[in-house]
Amino acid sequence: MAARVVIRIQAEAFNVAKETEALSSPHDDLGAVATFIGYCRSEGGRLAALELEHYPGMADEEIKRVVDQALQRWPLSAVSVIHRYGVMKPGDGIVFVGTASSHRAEAFAACEFLMDYLKTQAPFWKKEHRADGTIGDWVEAKADDDVAAARWKIGS
Amino acid sequence: MIIFVPAFAMWLKRMTEIKIAYFAWVRERVGVADELVTIPSSVVTIEDLARWLSARDEGYASAFENPKLVRAAIDRVHAKPHDMIGNAREIAFFPPMTGG
Repeated sequence: MAARVVIRIQAEAFNVAKETEALSSPHDDLGAVATFIGYCRSEGGRLAALELEHYPGMADEEIKRVVDQALQRWPLSAVSVIHRYGVMKPGDGIVFVGTASSHRAEAFAACEFLMDYLKTQAPFWKKEHRADGTIGDWVEAKADDDVAAARWKIGS
Repeated sequence: MIIFVPAFAMWLKRMTEIKIAYFAWVRERVGVADELVTIPSSVVTIEDLARWLSARDEGYASAFENPKLVRAAIDRVHAKPHDMIGNAREIAFFPPMTGG
């Protein structure tokens, strides 16, 4: 059975209940749905917002390549990746990743793999807007993110 | 033979004119989001292109001052410094990604 794949790059907020529901469309062998939501945070009140820039032509293609790798690796009945761009306030959801499979191990693993790879491969960049109203720095990539992606042992 | 020369010259020009896009702080330092550039035939790899661009002015020089911090894509696929530009139509330069 072909997996149901949803990839969206959008400015608008996503509805977690609706997206989770879509992943859970019933079929006889659905056993597990795992979801991850990444939120904008204030870093202890320091930030008023995060502004996400993306490479429009590449972002969806790159996410599709990462999703294809997940589909080759785990038996998934559905995958959703929704990534937002624009200005996010603390508490706003930035990214939604969901996976559906017959068993929890595959759903969890694929969900984590997708997030680790999106962090290092999907062309998005975050810029800080400080609480004092000034524009801050671009967020620097973390070495930990590369380590997290590398442990899946798939080409860079 | 002479009559083929202009057509050949146009073909050559088309082959070497390339769109370059910049993102995040690379874009800010360079000063434009994208541009059409005619690159010389001596520029073969991504690394060559970054070096050639840095010689243009201070903004470019500052964007590419630490080559390890600048990633690239060829026709919207991640590329390495030694990858050949070939007949690519679009090259992008950007910092390590921080999405998710």
